[in-house]
Amino acid sequence: MTRDTPGRRRETSRTALVNDPKVRRFVLQALLIVVLSFAAYSAVKNAAGNLANQRISSGFGFLDQTAGFGISQALIPWSETMTYGRAYIVGLVNTMLVSVVAILLSTVLGFAVGIARLAPNFIISQLARWYVELVRNLPLLFQILFWYLAILSAMPPPRSALNILGSVFLSQRGLTVPQPVIQPGAATLGLAALAVLGVGVLIVRWSKIRRQRTGFGMSRSVSLGLSAVAVALLGAIYVLAGAPLQLEPPQQGRFNLSGGVTMMPEFAAFAIALTLYSAANIGEIVRAGIQGVGKGQTEAGRSLGLRAGSILRLVTIPQAMRIIIPMMTSMYLNIVKNSSLGVSIGYPELVSVGGTILNNTGQAIEVIAMWMATYLTISIATSLFMNWYNARIALVSR
Amino acid sequence: MTITFVRGEPLPSMPAPNMDVGPLHWLRREVFSSPMQAIATVAGTYVAYLLISSFIDFAVIRAVWQGNDRAACSNLPYEVGACWPFIWAKLGQLTYGFYPADERWRVNIVFLVALVLLIPLSMPRAPYKLQNAIAFFGVLPIFAFIFLYGGSIITPWLNVASWMFATGSAIALALHLMRLNEQADLQPLRYGTIAIALVLGFALSRTLGMPRLVPAMELALLLGSGAAMLEALQHKRAPRMRWAAYGMLAAAIAWLFAAAASSGFFEQPSLRIVPTSQWGGLFVTLVVATTGIVASLPTGIVLALARRSNAAVLRVTAIAFIEVVRGVPLITVLFFATYMLPLFLEHSPDAMVRVLVGISLFSGAYMAETVRGGLQAIGTGQHEAAAALGLNYGQSTGLIVLPQALRLVIPGIVNSFIGLLKDTTLVSIVAIFDLLGGLRAAFADPNWTAPSTLYTGFAYAGMMYFALCFLISTYSKRLEERLRVDHRN
Repeated sequence: MTRDTPGRRRETSRTALVNDPKVRRFVLQALLIVVLSFAAYSAVKNAAGNLANQRISSGFGFLDQTAGFGISQALIPWSETMTYGRAYIVGLVNTMLVSVVAILLSTVLGFAVGIARLAPNFIISQLARWYVELVRNLPLLFQILFWYLAILSAMPPPRSALNILGSVFLSQRGLTVPQPVIQPGAATLGLAALAVLGVGVLIVRWSKIRRQRTGFGMSRSVSLGLSAVAVALLGAIYVLAGAPLQLEPPQQGRFNLSGGVTMMPEFAAFAIALTLYSAANIGEIVRAGIQGVGKGQTEAGRSLGLRAGSILRLVTIPQAMRIIIPMMTSMYLNIVKNSSLGVSIGYPELVSVGGTILNNTGQAIEVIAMWMATYLTISIATSLFMNWYNARIALVSR
Repeated sequence: MTITFVRGEPLPSMPAPNMDVGPLHWLRREVFSSPMQAIATVAGTYVAYLLISSFIDFAVIRAVWQGNDRAACSNLPYEVGACWPFIWAKLGQLTYGFYPADERWRVNIVFLVALVLLIPLSMPRAPYKLQNAIAFFGVLPIFAFIFLYGGSIITPWLNVASWMFATGSAIALALHLMRLNEQADLQPLRYGTIAIALVLGFALSRTLGMPRLVPAMELALLLGSGAAMLEALQHKRAPRMRWAAYGMLAAAIAWLFAAAASSGFFEQPSLRIVPTSQWGGLFVTLVVATTGIVASLPTGIVLALARRSNAAVLRVTAIAFIEVVRGVPLITVLFFATYMLPLFLEHSPDAMVRVLVGISLFSGAYMAETVRGGLQAIGTGQHEAAAALGLNYGQSTGLIVLPQALRLVIPGIVNSFIGLLKDTTLVSIVAIFDLLGGLRAAFADPNWTAPSTLYTGFAYAGMMYFALCFLISTYSKRLEERLRVDHRN
């Protein structure tokens, strides 16, 4: 390449200012800051103007005003005379309730589905596979509406409620299950149960230490026997304390169901849909985790003479957990985020209650900011916890 | 002390292993290998039989196929299964929403064009992949919007062209400024193109009046075009007169366009405008999903690169955006776009546009993390090798790192497309009538309040969603198989 062009003296400086990475980086960032602050400035200016036009005052003062609307499910006391702030808390509690229920149930079901997909039995694995395919390829909102409109709303009235397993009733009013009734002796029973549990834990630890020291732990029959003794002991205490904890089954009356705990149809439909949908996804996570464990591990377990169940429990799943946990974290976060769909069927969770507040007060910016802050807090807390758990079970190389 | 044992004679040969093929052996191995297995098989078969037979019973055997209103599906001596006339009567609403019946051909044409572009795009061996992709991801959205919304047919294209010219000339100007010290390898042609592009872009964007640029940017364009023109005229190897002629030609064309546009020449021919509030049904589902898919990839790539950049401000901005959007539910992003965005802007955009903005932001943030995964899998050696070859950041990223990274994450990309397709149902919560919204509207029709219309509607919509998602996921699996370059088994 010749540089003999007259009138140009580019050779004097090999790097022009525009080619200096540091200068470029600085200019780029300065530009970005200028653009961002201009956008922020105009957004604030427009918002102030628009809010003034609509006569909406900004700020969180509205949280202290009286709400004046009903909420169909409240775990903490709620009445229409309470404040918007309280209503928001009620919604938050409802969100947490449905999330926790869905997380617990879908984890159990999901593990079952994931293991069933890998089962040697052709029929079982195909059933699990098509459950996963069907549920994962249908939108969650569609499934929620299906369970709500097509299943629970179409249930018979309480008078002729559908009876499942004797004491669980399904009707238009929702899912009614037996109510636990606590009587005075319950404290004694609780203490006794704690004591038995404590002794059990101590025995297990002692056995473990002994096994590590001498190679001989408790034999299977001894541990089974001890468990039987513990169960018998608890049973005896339960009878002696006068059966303080009972399940009161709902009674089917002429017009209504009496007794028992009724979950409103919105909650029941929502929890069922969320659980089934998440379970299919968790099933895939579990399957991927188990398949991620080398085949050699299973073979090694077999050559040690372990049976299939023991291999799964002692060899495969503990190692698979290291693959499963990070994916499970995001799945749990998804469940919490998906719990916002309750708004579509009127289950009073965070978004639903917040939406009502938004419509009543017009405080769009504040309500949406509160939503986002709440969900972000939950997300960050969940990831911190799961990261802690993940670090605890991570592979330790010695 | 070592003890060695050496066998004196060979082991007797083992009997041949049992033949393990054929249906009977399969049955014994996989289905009835133990009593537990047998019980599981029988129970599983019963459950499967129950589910499949009740679906067929509902959808085919007890179904009603003809009729005009609910009378056809009620008052029958037996319990009625699917009420297919209901779907038939509501098909228009479920597919097009309230789009005027005599304009529905426009939607059909857009569907058809999309399909014609999509089929060769999804066939691995079809030629012209790049052109096809540009047509599908770049041109089709604009075409679809003009065709579906209506209004003048030509003006929006000029509009788009002027934007493209303006953006292109801004990029050309930036490149030009960056290479001021590498004069020798630049060809005069580049200056000519820059000049023509700048003049045209400037003239078009000014005279058409629609996409008003920021004044500073317009000034920069003007100055840049002047500089480029001077540069071109000065260049030794280029005859002055030719470039002057090109410049004049460009100015003349720009003036012509401007005059034609201001006289309203391009307003004809025009299509009847169908406001987005009348859009609905499956068609809106596809519009929202396609917009999200088209917007997510470039947004995601830019965000992912920004997140890995060593410019602190850029990185922090990208991280904050991605983490906030990913940390909150889509529905709050949609609420943000619907209720909060209009407050922040001087003029509130159309309701559909707001939702599309929300979906694009959301899908972009998720795509950024997928792309970032791919970028992280590419060793730093690739960047270093590119730098050693003398490539700059843009070249090494665009030519070396991104192609490898994107191929790695194709399954992830397709998965987020499926997720997006399913998530589009959420727009029905902010009052946009997609397929699910249309379904709920159809249930409300008193003409069709028969016992089984509800189930029929769910069966139809479920089959539609399932078919779409299943098709994409099956395709993704095949794509993954084909693009796999390592030798896993």
